[in-house]
Parts: sequence; C-alpha cells; structure tokens
Amino acid sequence: MYSEKVMDHFMNPRNVGEIENADGVGQVGNAKCGDIMKMYLKIENNVIIDAKFKTFGCGAAVATSSMATELIIGKTVDEALQITNKAVADALDGLPPAKMHCSNLAEEAINSAIEDYKRRKGLIDDNASCDACSRRCDDVQHSHGIE
Amino acid sequence: MTERMIYLDHAATTPVKKEVLEAMLPYFTEKFGNASSIYTIGRESKKALEEARDKVAAAIGAQSKEIFFTASGTEADNWAIKGVAYSNRTKGNHIITTAIEHHAVLHACQYLESEGFEVTYLPVDKNGLVSAEQVAAAIKPETILITIMFANNEIGTIQPIAEIGKVAREKGVYFHTDAVQAVGNIPIDVSDMNIDLLSLSSHKFYGPKGVGALYIRKGVKITSFLHGGAQERGRRASTENVAGIVGLGKAIEIACGNLEDKNRKLIAMRERTIEEIMKKIPFVKLNGHRTQRLPGNVNFSFEFIEGESLLLMLDMKGIAASSGSACTSGSLDPSHVLLAIGLPHEIAHGSLRLTFGEENTDEDIDYLMEVLPMIVQRLREMSPLYEAVAKNNT
Ligand SMILES: Cc1ncc(COP(=O)(O)O)c(C=O)c1O
Repeated sequence: MYSEKVMDHFMNPRNVGEIENADGVGQVGNAKCGDIMKMYLKIENNVIIDAKFKTFGCGAAVATSSMATELIIGKTVDEALQITNKAVADALDGLPPAKMHCSNLAEEAINSAIEDYKRRKGLIDDNASCDACSRRCDDVQHSHGIE
Repeated sequence: MTERMIYLDHAATTPVKKEVLEAMLPYFTEKFGNASSIYTIGRESKKALEEARDKVAAAIGAQSKEIFFTASGTEADNWAIKGVAYSNRTKGNHIITTAIEHHAVLHACQYLESEGFEVTYLPVDKNGLVSAEQVAAAIKPETILITIMFANNEIGTIQPIAEIGKVAREKGVYFHTDAVQAVGNIPIDVSDMNIDLLSLSSHKFYGPKGVGALYIRKGVKITSFLHGGAQERGRRASTENVAGIVGLGKAIEIACGNLEDKNRKLIAMRERTIEEIMKKIPFVKLNGHRTQRLPGNVNFSFEFIEGESLLLMLDMKGIAASSGSACTSGSLDPSHVLLAIGLPHEIAHGSLRLTFGEENTDEDIDYLMEVLPMIVQRLREMSPLYEAVAKNNT
C-alpha cells in the first residue's frame, strides 16, 4: 500500500533526532489521534541550515516527517513556508488516500517550528516571549501528549 | 528483504492443513455432484456433507441435525442475531450483547436498532470480562436474545459462557455465542453450557476460508436465512459448497482431536512470550485476562509508539502480526475492544497482537525476542513522547 519511497523513508528516516539550542521548535498533532510530529530547526541568516524531527505515528507519519526535513534544509524561511502538504506527498511518490492527513501534519510541523523561530526573534509579537518561556511551554506540551 | 517468514497472526486466519486440502480436492473434480441430485455422484456429495455435519456436531456436543452450514462466521452471526430477532419480534424487542463483540455481531445489532430493536451493550472490566450477574441484571421482560462472544479475537479473553448460559436458560432467553475464535482452540459443549446458537468459521482452525456453520438448538425459533431451495432443511437455501464443507469437517475433526496436546504447547509459547516481553521491554501493558485467555493469544501495548509502525518493522524482519491501532483499523479511532477495556487512546494505538499456531516453534520466539525489543527501542527513540519520559526520568 505504500510506495517504495515511503518505505525507504520509513525504514531509513533522514534527520531523526533533536537539535540542541534549536532556533525554532514546533510540535503538532496529538497522541489521542495517533500521531505527533516535533520539528527542530537551526536557522542562520534566515536560511534553514539543519532540521531534525521526532515522530510518534504510523509509517506515513514517519516518512512525511523525514521527507519534510529533506525538503526544507537549505531553504530560506519564506521558501520553507511555501512547502505544501501536497509537495511532501508528491516527493514521496504519493500516499494512500487514508494517509493524506499525515502530510498535513508535516506542513503544520514546519509552520509551527518557523512560527516559534519568529516568535523568539521578535518577528511576530506575542506576549513578550523570551527563549526560556517558550522552552518551558514546549515541555508543558510534551506532558499533554502522554497524559 | 528477508527470507524468513514467521506467521504470528493465527487469529486472523490459518493455513489449510495438507490433510484438509487432500480431503477437499476430489469434490472439485471427479466428485463434483450436486448434493441434491439423486444419482451416484450426487449421493456421494450428500454423504460427504452429512459426514461433515456429524463431525461438527461431535466437536461441540450437538446433534447433527442442529448444524447448518453457512458461507462464513459473519453469516452465521448475522443469521443467528437477525433470525432470532425477526422470529421473536412479537415476544419482545430487546437484545443483550457486549461492547467488545466482533463487528459481525456489533454491526448486525446496530442494524437491528435501526429497525426498532433495543440493544444493551454491556461494558467489560479491565480484563475484558463480562459477568453472568451483569447479564442477569440486564434481562427485561422484552429480552429475546443474549449474544456474547466465547473468546475475544483481539485480547483473547474467554467469557464465563457456562455461567451466562445458565442465567439465560433460567430466564428463558435465547443465548447465542460467537465462538469463531474458540472452536478448535478450547473445549466447548453446547448442552453443558446451555448454548442455544453458536457460530463457527472454518478458516480459524486450519480449514478453508468462506465456510462456517451455525448451531441452532432444536426448537429455537429463527427465520430462514436464504429463501430458495430445500438445502439445509430449507433454512439456508443454495447449492452447498461441498468441498468447503468437507474441508471444514476434516479441519474441525483434527483440531478438536488433539486439543490438549496442542494447547499445552501453545500455552507454553504464550507464557514464555508474555514473560519475556515483560522482562525485556519497559513501559508495556498486557491486554486481556492474564490466564483466562485463548492458548495462543498475546496482546501488548507498547507505550510511546504506534502500532502500524511496529507492524511494518516486524514485517521487514519477516514477522507477520497485527495491531488495534487506528492506522490498521482503517478509521481514526483505535480498536473498540481496547477502548472498552479502558485503555486511553494513545496506549491503544500502540498495541500488538501475536497469535501463535501449531506450526510455530520455540526458535520463532527466540527470533521474535531478538527483534522485537530492538524495534520497540528504535521507534521509541524516534518518538517525541518517549523523549519527554526519558528526560523526566533523568
Ligand atoms: C470473533 C469473530 N467473529 C466473527 C468473525 C468473522 O468470521 P468470517 O471471517 O468467517 O466471516 C471473526 C473473524 O474474523 C472473528 O474473529
């Protein structure tokens, strides 16, 4: 049911892990629905120089996370924001219809990590956020997931 | 990728035994006669049918004329439930079942609700058990049928069927049991257990797919399932699947013939697997009753990981198993059985069912226990949920 590319990215996922001192971290999905994606970005001069992920989910969720990190590394923040769920799915030679929501999750994870980056940079005003605060928020989010 | 193939999904289906296939083959070719025909090859088919019926009856302690062949376990369930409901409508409209039935029962009951019947779905405890007291308390004057599965297909829990049968008989309510997972695996006696109707399916005990049977105790009021010719004493018309029925008969005879030896071996494999998983892998939960479970059933939830990923990785290592995760059930919710025993969604998503069969060996478990802990660890290292736990623990 999965393309060879999906199976390849599932069995040999690229860029799994965490980035210490990441410039942006985003987590989307929830454990109740069976998938969570967490994306870490390292950004220099507005260019994504590294991306890593952790995912709880099915084969398609892991493969789309892996592909999404490959697609955004080397792109500017604005270019990365242009990447759609369809682009992620197409890059994997398609997903079964029932699994298309996994590619939405990848798009959302990219957006969420970039939003976090912008918030930290003060590019979007949020409740006077500081790095320490948003990190703590991340931790809170974790425990939500495993309630 | 790998040559190895270890089949650990016998609750899904089983291979047809060589002896079973050999018994069936002549009925496709030289003995192809219609069992309703009066000439020699027709009579041979008829005789083969009746011999198979005797074997099914002997396996469950019924009389031969109480056995009706069907095209599947699903058909037997639908016939039992709708047939009794329609035939006893003037007596009442209430049916009692459980929250953990197979969809063949649950969806038939839901259909009847749309037809004006009232259905009580009894909850189960954390081990997946329903009690005879719960059943007794749910019976009303309008109750016409109790339908409760003998053993659960996912978590393997075996219900107190004899106790429930006693309650049903005392209250004069028909009692049907979906014994698709139980027949050929554990001893059954319909008269001792006061069972009025029982469904079984050949492909769960090394017979062919697409053939089953419904036991209908003499005197039970039930509508015919298919209207047409006089086959199955007019209750289930259509030319019989003679080869399939012969296969069912042979398979049930073999399965029930060496139940004790077979079960000793299966229970040993089950116990070893349960113990080793609990010892070698942290954050696991055994689903289903610890001892009151099918001999070959193991069902675990592995926290922080998702079932489909687990199945795909096991498959890459040549191990075939199944899961109750949403991604494998084709809906967004994990299995209704796992939710009914009280598992939170996220734990239910990470379930793995391993069901052993006769051809499995200790070496298969050696291999499983070599591969499974690694796979679970690998998926956990990829999981943001585990990351949080790992950090909290340090
Ligand atoms: C408990 C139970 N009931 C009914 C069925 C349906 O049987 P069949 O596949 O023969 O229709 C199954 C098997 O999938 C089952 O496990």
